Amino acid sequence: MELIGNLLLQAVQMLIVLALAPGLTGLVRKIKARLLRRRGASILQPYRDLARLMRKEVVLAENASWLFRVSPYTIFAATWVAAALVPTFAIGLHFSWTADLIAIVALLGSARFFLALAGMDVGTSFGGLGASREMMIGALAEPAMLLMVFTVALVAGSTELSNVVAFMESGEVGIRVSMGMALIALTIVALAENARIPVDNPATHLELTMVHEAMVLEYSGRHLAMIELAASLKLLLYMALIGCIFVPWGIAPATAGVGELVAGFAFFLAKLAVGGTLLAVFETSVAKMRVFRVPDFIGAALMLGLLGTLLLFVSRSL
Amino acid sequence: MIELSAAIALGLLALSLAAAAMRGLSAASAVVYGTSAAFSLALALAGVWTLATQAGAQGVHLPIGLPWIGAHLTLDALSAVFLMLLGVGGAAASVFAIGYGRHEHEPHRVLPFYPGFLGAMTMVVLAGDAFTFLLSWEVMSLLSWALVLTNHRAEETRAAGYLYLVMAGFGTMVLLLAFGLMAGPEGGYEFEAMRTVERSPALAVLVLALMMIGAGSKAGLLPLHVWLPAAHPAAPSHVSALMSGVMTKVALYGFIRVAFDLLGPVPWWMSVPVIVAGALTAVVGILFANIDGDGKRVLAYSTIENIGVIFAALGLALAFRANGMPALAALALTAGLIHAMNHMLFKSLLFMVAGAVLNATGRRDLDGLGGLIHRMPKTAVLALVGVTAISALPPLNGFVSEWLLFQAVLQSPKLSQPGLQFLVPAAGGLLALAAALAAAAFVRFYGVIFLGRARSDEARDAHEVDRWSLGAMAGLALLCVLAGILPGVLIDLVAPAVDLAVGAHLPMQANNNWFTLVPVAVVHSSYSGLLVMVFVVFSGGASAWLVHRLASRRLRRAPAWDCGFPNADPVTQYGAGSFSQPIRRVMAPVLAARETVVMPPPGDATPARHEVQTEDLAWARLYLPIIAAIDYATTRLNALQFLTIRRYLSLVFGSLVLLLTGLAIWN
Repeated sequence: MELIGNLLLQAVQMLIVLALAPGLTGLVRKIKARLLRRRGASILQPYRDLARLMRKEVVLAENASWLFRVSPYTIFAATWVAAALVPTFAIGLHFSWTADLIAIVALLGSARFFLALAGMDVGTSFGGLGASREMMIGALAEPAMLLMVFTVALVAGSTELSNVVAFMESGEVGIRVSMGMALIALTIVALAENARIPVDNPATHLELTMVHEAMVLEYSGRHLAMIELAASLKLLLYMALIGCIFVPWGIAPATAGVGELVAGFAFFLAKLAVGGTLLAVFETSVAKMRVFRVPDFIGAALMLGLLGTLLLFVSRSL
Repeated sequence: MIELSAAIALGLLALSLAAAAMRGLSAASAVVYGTSAAFSLALALAGVWTLATQAGAQGVHLPIGLPWIGAHLTLDALSAVFLMLLGVGGAAASVFAIGYGRHEHEPHRVLPFYPGFLGAMTMVVLAGDAFTFLLSWEVMSLLSWALVLTNHRAEETRAAGYLYLVMAGFGTMVLLLAFGLMAGPEGGYEFEAMRTVERSPALAVLVLALMMIGAGSKAGLLPLHVWLPAAHPAAPSHVSALMSGVMTKVALYGFIRVAFDLLGPVPWWMSVPVIVAGALTAVVGILFANIDGDGKRVLAYSTIENIGVIFAALGLALAFRANGMPALAALALTAGLIHAMNHMLFKSLLFMVAGAVLNATGRRDLDGLGGLIHRMPKTAVLALVGVTAISALPPLNGFVSEWLLFQAVLQSPKLSQPGLQFLVPAAGGLLALAAALAAAAFVRFYGVIFLGRARSDEARDAHEVDRWSLGAMAGLALLCVLAGILPGVLIDLVAPAVDLAVGAHLPMQANNNWFTLVPVAVVHSSYSGLLVMVFVVFSGGASAWLVHRLASRRLRRAPAWDCGFPNADPVTQYGAGSFSQPIRRVMAPVLAARETVVMPPPGDATPARHEVQTEDLAWARLYLPIIAAIDYATTRLNALQFLTIRRYLSLVFGSLVLLLTGLAIWN
């Protein structure tokens, strides 16, 4: 009986991230539109877009191979599994020990790997351009992310997110400079990984600085829907990650009852709303960077991650 | 088991002689490679058996070699790990070669050396005294040199062979010094005697430094790596697979044997150069893999990267051991050993892929390939497994060893020296950078070779390779997947070797739920490759099924969209050079990359040119000055060859006086 309950909870977690992801994207778009004094589309628009794309036929380039057709599902699956392993409303779920934060980062790396391969499959110049830039950004963002993971793991004593959250919630941490640096580093990585301004512009299509959109240019129909859904999931994942490490309040403990779970869910929704708003405000207030200034931007995250780790040692030895 | 292994090693050496006698026989190739495959498989089984039964060290004394001394061969757990690695790699390469060898123009340039190369490597791993070790090491170097020169008519190959010979000679000389210092004035050249000698810390440090140079030059450690990207790709592909996959690991074995077994305690600060050299080697190696335009050279540079990763793990293990933390040293050493095994699997696989492509198209340059996923569908699938594994992506095997290594890096606060506490996370950052750059390099490798449109007629008319080659590649790909989802089996297997080296091993993983990896209790982290695999396959499959079932399954083929401006010329695709441009530009200082655009003046009809130059700084800053100095000295000394007899006699007299004076002052 307990096993069934646990499995159910795990399934709820998987479905929640899937169901909320397009809504978060819609929310960010809506707030951005309002900040630009436009009315903007409804928050539900991404759901409608996905439904429409799903129903349409796929127009496949003549040269496309099976890899091009399999990749959307691979990318979606890797991102979904990664997103489902980040604590949202509760910790200690039945399978949360499957992969730690390092493995989650690597799963997102798998998704990026297949996305870049798919971009190169048709053999167009735009696809290759996107893939090459995406791999450059990824090559810098991934070590920055791992240094951030080191900082967090050194504070919390584990890379397992459930353990990290439990430790952070216990209030033993207090305010640390290192954690502040880790937060900034993670935010920069999140912006870069999700193709947000100032690294990439999710709204453009025909601009030479585009990265993500250039890779998925040849996709249409259900394939495009899977990739868009995966992109939304990734945004949600990073929000949930920042939420569970730096603002862990409200996440239900492993032995929680129904009440705590519901409260945890409400907290999670609130965190997403705040995070989405902050993202929209940030995106409207900065300009997009030239692509070769991006390494400086992510390099800052890399250095902050390293400094955070080193500061921990200094403060510990004092 | 030692008798069997020794017999096989000698059998392989004898097979070399037989192969030389079989010259001209049409079946020679199949016989030699088939026998090598069987022998290698037996070696792998002997290794696995020794590890699984946890048999103690077994020795045998052969009356060959130097008079009075003979050859001591020993098989203990550490040898068994590398015997297993060598056996699997050798068997796969030999099976591949049964098919691949049919296309060889001059089989007699490969056949007599190939089994002997395997045999010599086996002898290195089994050696129980310094003489046997060094002799086998030298035979291994020479036979691989002969194999590198297979295609000796190409100028490039001859240059690579020469460089390799010089570096191999230098490496063996350094090793000779290291073993001489370890044996001491009494000359205890047996490993058993070396273990018991008490050494001063200064001597231990000197020996370890020499081992780093000697074994490192064979493995490809910075800055001794310069020969590797020239020599490994020059050999036939199955030999490249052996050299990159197995021979570099035999070099690592030499380092591990001395550093962890024979030498005894080493001061903690000696781990610093090992970690630093390892981390830098990893980053620099993979950066060059990102910009090189030749498929096999990309693989060779990536070998340098992986050797760097393993050396960093070994350095970490040395640091933990020097601090009296055997459990954590075991974690780092396990990461290193597992990574050595994994690298053998996927690097051999990828070199075979490169060989298959070379066979099918006759080309190694990335910019002449493309679209092979349509022409060589089976090879393309197997290559995809290889590139995913080498890019350290879950749920395949490359990720397992990276994960273990990162877990070891995370334990650095427990080290008591502030220097190491600062250094190890920074090295961890470099290793993460190397892993991410590896993904970029292999997206490029796979994308330019297999995806897109064919860039040449050869690529357009390529054909799938033969069944033997496919079988060997499929076996390695399967092992990559298995080692990724059941890493516990491999970790339990190497446990006795880790025990032997650092006096502790990771807890047994066999009984964990879902084959989860739970390395050390204090780590509080776990990873289950099997479950990740199941989840990804299940959610991917289920979503694909649901979408096809409920939404739409219609599909129409149409010309590529490409923002409305598709260009039929395959040159407009991103190629090897353009793909690496962002990374080349970001990392320009390390690569010494210079880009020049030559624009013709208005009215001039010559095309504009964009030229990219990169340079290996180690070569430019370290080797070229040495070469220049040697050149200078030899030209000057050349005059000595043309003297009169009078002058020679006075030279002899002068040196005699000098020596005697020196002796007098010394005494």
